[in-house]
Amino acid sequence: MNEAALHWPQRNPRVFLLVATVLWFGLYQTLQPASEALVAAMPVARDSHLGGALQFFLYDTPKVLMLLAGIVFVMGMVNSYFTPERTRALLAGRTEGVANAMAASLGVVTPFCSCSAVPLFIGFVQAGVPLGVTFSFLIAAPMVNEVALTLLFGLFGWKIALLYLGLGLSIAVVAGWVIGRLKMEAYLEDWVRDMPRVQAIAADVRMPLSERIGAGFASVRDIVGRVWPYILAGIAIGAAIHGYVPEAFMASIMGKDAWWSVPLAVVIGIPMYTNAAGVIPIVQALLAKGAALGTVLAFMMSVIALSLPEMVILRKVLKFRLIATFIGVVATGILIVGYVFNLVL
Amino acid sequence: MKDIKVLGTGCANCKATIALIEQVAKARQVEVKVEKVEELREIMGYGVMSTPGVVIDGKVVHAGGIPGRDKIEQWLAA
Repeated sequence: MNEAALHWPQRNPRVFLLVATVLWFGLYQTLQPASEALVAAMPVARDSHLGGALQFFLYDTPKVLMLLAGIVFVMGMVNSYFTPERTRALLAGRTEGVANAMAASLGVVTPFCSCSAVPLFIGFVQAGVPLGVTFSFLIAAPMVNEVALTLLFGLFGWKIALLYLGLGLSIAVVAGWVIGRLKMEAYLEDWVRDMPRVQAIAADVRMPLSERIGAGFASVRDIVGRVWPYILAGIAIGAAIHGYVPEAFMASIMGKDAWWSVPLAVVIGIPMYTNAAGVIPIVQALLAKGAALGTVLAFMMSVIALSLPEMVILRKVLKFRLIATFIGVVATGILIVGYVFNLVL
Repeated sequence: MKDIKVLGTGCANCKATIALIEQVAKARQVEVKVEKVEELREIMGYGVMSTPGVVIDGKVVHAGGIPGRDKIEQWLAA
């Protein structure tokens, strides 16, 4: 029986996906009443601060974890269609412009690990992907990813998630395009420029649906297994603030009226190095304490997209001037996003 | 004896890959020589874009992510 259950996704992948989807939605619907019931069973008053905080924590934790598991699973399957080799073949030899937008979008769906950033970079350039297009990919891939979007959606709602997606992609497209216009090919390290050109060929790997499901499970194990402590911390902070009266502590430092708060957020974010999940608890705390949304999003983008360790590795393939340009262009983009946000909202 | 090279710039996944290969080799009593390749130029020479990559007797058999246990067993059995 157990054996049969284990091999079920392999034998009947379509049926498995259908049943898993129905179960997922069913379970998701029960989270709200279940959390209320749990709090009611506890010896605390529901309308007290503690009761409110407990209900928030008991509802948000499984909600965000379920959302994350579901979306990471789907993205794991989607990722199996977009190998880096395939993405490179799609981008090679294209002219800039539309290709920047393509590269940024592909950056979202191509599996990407920050330790692969440099080999990927060289591989792209070697196959004739224009430098600016390569940068569009390299900026979007870490910044706009399913973990960041899911957490923003789960904790702050779909509007903020959608804004982050749109603005992140815009920064990647425009920054890549600007770097392309600056014609900085001469600032690649010499050995990179002298590498033999390669043809971008993507082997057409046919993968059965059952294997894609396996890839989905693998990424859930990997990603959710890695980020859940950060999420718990983020929700705990949110719950603590939720139940009690929010102070406007940060409003004076990081509020809308402080013009210098956005550049400060970006500058503080650059040396910080963490993934999208790690920054969420901080974002949660800042927002709740009255920091302006644009400032907080600028901070989050800066932490994820620009990191000192990555620059150190990139230095092996880029000359200093190109790295400085890269940081400058992306930081300017983030800055504009922060200001526009604070102005509009 | 199999000559195995693990390509990667020294991230956690690369270390995990090496550990896993050595573990499987020990369990199956296959003699292997596992070598870590961290020099970017050399990694690119194999045409690998996503790390960790695995090269067995000069042939790239894997790129991107930690390989599955069953995959490693296949390589060692061949």
